[in-house]
Formats: sequence, structure tokens, C-alpha cells
Amino acid sequence: MAGVGSACLLVGLLTAVYAAGVSLYGARTGDRAAVVSGRRAIYCLAALLLAATAILQSAFLRSDFSYKLVAEGSSTDTPTFYKVTAMWATQDGSLLLWALLMSIFSTAVLFLTRRSLRDIAPYATTVLAVIAGFFLLLMVGWENPFTTLANPPVEGAGLNPLLRHPAMMIHPPMLYTGYVGFAIPFAFAIGALIVRQTGADWIRATRRFALVAWTFLGTGIMLGALWSYTELGWGGYWAWDPVENASLMPWLTGTAFIHSIMVQEKRGMLKVWNASLIIATFVLALLGTFLVRSGILDSIHAFGASTIGKQFLVFIAIVIGGSTALVISRLDDLRSKARLDSLMSREAFFLVNNLVLIALCVVIFWGTFFPLISEALTGEEASVGPPWFNRLTTPLALVLVALAAIGPLLPWRKASRFGLVRAFRAPLAVAAVTFVALLALTNAADSPLSLIMFCLTALVLTVVAQELARGAAARRTITGDPWPRAMAQLVARNRRRYGGYLVHAGIAVLFLGVAASSAFQEQRDVRVSPGDSFDAGGYRITYERATANLGRDSAGTGAPISFGAVLTARRGDETYTLRPSRNFYPSQDASTGPIGRFFEGEATSEVDVRWGLRRDLWAAVRPDISGLEPAIREGNEKFAGSNDTVQAVVIAALVDGYRNDPPPATFRVIDSPLVSWIWIGAAIVLLGALIAIWPSPEARLRRVTSIYAARLGKELSRA
Amino acid sequence: MEYGLAAILLAALVAAVVLRPFVRGVGDDTRPSASREELEAAKEAKYREIRDARLDVEMGKLSIEDHRAIDRELRGEAIEILKRLDELDGKAPEA
Repeated sequence: MAGVGSACLLVGLLTAVYAAGVSLYGARTGDRAAVVSGRRAIYCLAALLLAATAILQSAFLRSDFSYKLVAEGSSTDTPTFYKVTAMWATQDGSLLLWALLMSIFSTAVLFLTRRSLRDIAPYATTVLAVIAGFFLLLMVGWENPFTTLANPPVEGAGLNPLLRHPAMMIHPPMLYTGYVGFAIPFAFAIGALIVRQTGADWIRATRRFALVAWTFLGTGIMLGALWSYTELGWGGYWAWDPVENASLMPWLTGTAFIHSIMVQEKRGMLKVWNASLIIATFVLALLGTFLVRSGILDSIHAFGASTIGKQFLVFIAIVIGGSTALVISRLDDLRSKARLDSLMSREAFFLVNNLVLIALCVVIFWGTFFPLISEALTGEEASVGPPWFNRLTTPLALVLVALAAIGPLLPWRKASRFGLVRAFRAPLAVAAVTFVALLALTNAADSPLSLIMFCLTALVLTVVAQELARGAAARRTITGDPWPRAMAQLVARNRRRYGGYLVHAGIAVLFLGVAASSAFQEQRDVRVSPGDSFDAGGYRITYERATANLGRDSAGTGAPISFGAVLTARRGDETYTLRPSRNFYPSQDASTGPIGRFFEGEATSEVDVRWGLRRDLWAAVRPDISGLEPAIREGNEKFAGSNDTVQAVVIAALVDGYRNDPPPATFRVIDSPLVSWIWIGAAIVLLGALIAIWPSPEARLRRVTSIYAARLGKELSRA
Repeated sequence: MEYGLAAILLAALVAAVVLRPFVRGVGDDTRPSASREELEAAKEAKYREIRDARLDVEMGKLSIEDHRAIDRELRGEAIEILKRLDELDGKAPEA
């Protein structure tokens, strides 16, 4: 079936080329048959890529090692869940996933706009087909996921142990969906610029796609952070790694975009800005995809050096050059007649919010690419570390959270003095009380920036609560509904507004967790023997005993050997048990010997976390297996020619030996306050985004027959 | 062999689907209702703006005078959209 898969890719490439060409012809000549044909070609492309993906997935599930990709990224003992997801752990497979998602999103948007945006959609189809075609070209020309081996191995190399984590397996499709989703508004923006229809029609048609992309990208970033926290064994959730940064940058510009398009929709302003923002967002999404594949920057997340870095650079250069030229050539059409009525208006604060988000993006861009910049300028590669990023991004994050509080309190066009006083009175009072209470009752003053963040979080949460309460009260005066119904109706009829407010609340809660856990975390690294105790944060930790498992690891990753520890943590009356471990995966290097290969392959930390709303207790262990080396060497010599059963008995004896006479082990234990609120905040953001994305009942068609003004009043009163 | 045969078959299938509009015509797609959905979307967006402004005044964010001016402008724009919708349907604008 590999041949059929390759054929799907080749025909897919030809279909994308056809879609681009025929849509462009239809757009320029007005030939509707050509336009419809181009749209149908995109539908076919999605079907072809679905078939290709199904063939590849089937090969992974069957452990068909005649496929190079399966042999390199899976094995017979890889758990089924990880076999299914192993496709995107490989370079070629992730390209196929990108192209598949691209074709599905393109199909969805072209189907939804099949009777609208008649001038813009054919050009957008061309852009979407070119993007999909580029990814297909990479696969057909350089990274074919259906490459087969003339002499397939009996066993595969297995999935990279670090990736054997549920969050990491869902993380790539989430990120790619986010990247791909931003291609939709980008393509329609290009179409709108070409035909000089620079109103809000293209925004209205693709706004939901931008929101979906933003939500998926954000969820992907948070899943990556969760993976880092629970898998990498260093105890943090964000390391300012280049690939992490690469996913954050388009999210930041995307956040700016979904705010500023509201200004264009309502006031017809910021047209150049919006076109530039979506171009920047898509370029950054491509850059993120490129960084993982180019090998130009060191990252734990990258695929390493590859053959497609230059192709990506050329494509990105074409996208930047072409889009910029188009925007410049349309500056006259993009000029807005409307002006800001007041600096104390929501649109003015949206603009400030945009500037802060872009400043954050510029800082992160500079820090990420600093090694390349310094090498180009000085000949020496230098890099900036997390302290540099933290120093520059923290003040900007504080301003951003403050804006998340101020924005919802301001009306469009201009705020009255009375309205401002009334809106800000209660939230500022709550923030002031929070400030005093934290100073009096906690040690928050030890970290002034964190203290400010706590107060700003209180401000945002009060603003959101106040907005909901006032909105529900206003609705009650009209309908007389009870409070819960009034609240539910208010949110249901203003999903975009209140979904957005909930997102603000979630972001504030997330930053609360970041501020508390980064400023007040207590970490301890110790090397102790069973029976020893040590202090970490507010806990007294005792290393009770060593664990050693053969053939079953607690996380179900398929690791044959797992060494760990049982720890008891006491704090006042509370007692917890933690079981961190370290999984050992067999090496493919034959020189490590038949016994040694089970101990000298890759190893991963399986941390144990006692999750809590007030604090997390996080523990990782690094067992010292150097004491087993003489026995392993002896086993390699004595049992080199023995069968698998004998070798398994020897390995079991070594594992038992570690359990029965364990040497001292190295532990990292972290007492981290409020870190769970990061994940809770992310969940609130997700909920708010889903509310904002969900179609509003007002989108249904209404027909009336009265005179226009009465008709207007009547239609408005229905919602 | 498998590759070549599959490519020819798949290409033929794709060709049958994408060339159909040239052979059979585009049917419903040629109806002059293309901009109806755009106008309906613009109408809903305008209604949303009017409702937002009303919610703002009810919540005390906008003064009644400011709201009156904004509302008048927005309703004027909404009426223009309704007129264009009627024209699209071939109806004479309502008096």
C-alpha cells in the first residue's frame, strides 16, 4: 500500500497545482465553472490526504517495518495509543499531518463561503492551494512518508521515549491546527487585498477560523507546558526554548489580531494593521514549523537537521515579500475614514493592547534568534537565557493583564467621566483590599512584581464579575427573569463579549499561577539513601525504599525497566506518598551488549506530583545504576550467546539486585505554590474561547415585512 | 507498478470530480444570490453593534446622550443594509 500512499501525495500535488491555477483563472475571468472546479479540487485534495493518512496509520498499527517511517518511529512493543500518534513524532509524518489539516480547514471554509465572497474566495482558494501544494512538494520531493526499506528490520526503533506522554501526543496536532487555522484568514486577507474589497466581509467570513486557530494553538502551547512540567524532570513548565517561543509568537500576534479585527468590524479602522497582523501571524506560524525542522537552533523539541530547511526559507521569503508588496500597493484602499473619538474608548485600548502584544513578540523574536544574529554580527554564537526573557517580558505581561481589566470597562467610541468612575470604583477597591491583605497576611512583598500581578488578577476577576452582574441586572430589568436565567441568557446572546471576558479571567488566573510559582517556589536537590530524610519547602521528606520494575512502568509507556523510589512527605498533619521513577528504554546500539542495551539506552523521568490548589509537591528521581555496571559487563560476556529467556532472567536478577540493595539516589523535590492555577486558568481560557466561537442564535435568518425602522426595532427586540 | 496504477486511477477520479462543473455547468452556483449571505452577515453584525451599545448604556458605560447619537448612526447604517437586501430580492424599497 506504500505505493498507493505515494500516489495519493503525487496526485494531491497535481490537484493543488490545478486548484491554484484554475481558481486564479476563474478569479480573473469571472468563469464560475473554473471557480467551482478549483473549490472541488480542494475537496479532492482533502480526500486524497485522508486516504494517505489512513494508509500510514494502518502501517503504524500493523507495525509494518517495511515503511522507513514505521521502522524509525515505532516498534511492536510500543503501546497502541503511541503507535497511532507516532506519525507526527516524525518529520515526514508531521508534514503529512500539516497538509491534511490544511486541506480540511480549506475545505471547510470554501464550503461555508461557496455562496458568498465571490470575488475574494477564488483568490483565497489559490493561496490555500499554493500553501498545501508547498507541503506536498516537500513530501513528494524530499521527505516522503511512504519511503520503503528494501530490507525491513525485524523490530523498529520505537517512539522517542520523551514523547511517550499523552500531552505530547496531542500537542502537535493542536499546534498544527492552530498554525493551519491562521492560514484561512491570511488567504482571505490576500484575496480581499487583491480585489480591493478591504471592508470587514473577509473578517466576518473567517473570524471564527481565527478564533479556532487561536484556541488550538493556545491549547497546544499549554499541553507542551504540562508535558515539560510532568515529563522533562527539571520541574518547570516554560524554558524559553526556541521551539516553545516559535509557537508563542504567532499566538501573541493572533491575540492582537482577534482584538483589532473588532475595531475594523465596528469602526472600519485599523485595516492596514489587521492585514499586516494576519500576514505576520501566518509567517510566524510558518517560521514555527520551519524552526522545528531546520536544525538552525538547538531545541529539545526539534527534529534535528533536515533537508527541507532551505525550501522553507525560500517559501517564507516569498510569503513575506509578496504579502508586503500587496499591502503597500493597496495602502490607498486600506486608509480608514474614521478616527479615534477618544483615548478613553475601547478601540483606543485595543490599540494599546496590540502594541504591548507586538512588543512581547518582538522581545521573544529577538531572544530566540539572538544566537543567529550574534553569529552573523560577531562570528560567535551567543544566546540569552531565561533570566533575560523574564526580565523583559514580566513588565509587559503586567501591562497586558492590566489592559485585560481596563478594556471590558470601556465602551466603544468614548467613555463618560461618570461611567468611568462607576465602572472602576468596585474593581479598584477590591484590588486595593487585595494589596493590603497580601501585605499584612503573606510574604508576597518579597516579590513586588508578583504582588502587583496578584492585585491585577483581583482587578480582572472583579471586572469580569461586575460586568456579568451588571449585564444580568440590565437584562432582568427588561425581562424580569431570575438571576441565573438572566445571566445565562446574557452570555448566550452576547457570546463573543462574555466568552472574551471569561478568556481575560482565565489569562489573569494563569498569570497568578505563573507569578506565585516562579517567585515563591522552593527547590531542593539531594542525594540520599533509603531511610534518610531531608527538608524541601515546608515538607519533611523521607526516602522510604527503592522500587525496581521489570516489564511494567506506572505510566504505561512500554519501558521494560523502571527504577524509582517511594517517598513520604509530611507537613503538619498532612502525609503524602510520592512514587517518582526513571524509565529505561533499550538501546539500538549493539555495542552496549545483550544485557547492557537494556540499561544504557535512553532514560526518562516519570515525575510524581501531589497536585493541590494551594501548592504542588513535585518529585523526580535519578537512580544511580553505576553499581550495576560490573554485573552488566559480566552478563554481556557470559550470556552473549544465550537465548532471550536466559537473558531475561539475568536482567531480572539485576533489577532485583537494585531493589534489594539500592545505592543512594539523587532527588529533585519542588514545593511550588499555586502552580495548579496555571492549568485551571488555561481551562477557563478554553471554556471562554469555546463560548466565543459557538454560533450565536442571532445568526439565524430573520425576515420581516414592516417598514424599515419598525422592522429594525422588531428584529433587535427578538435577540 | 502499484504506484503508477494507483496514480492513474486516483488522477482519473479527481479529474472526474473537478471537471464536472465544465461539463455539467454550475447549476445553483450561478444564481444571483451571491451577496445575500454577505449582506445578511453585515446586517447581523450591525444588529450586534446596536445591541452592544444598548447594553453599554444599560450598564452605565455610555451616557444617554452619547448612546442616542451612536444608536442613530448605527440604525441608519442598518437601514441601508435592509434596503440593499430588498433590492437584491427584486423588491422595491419599503416606504
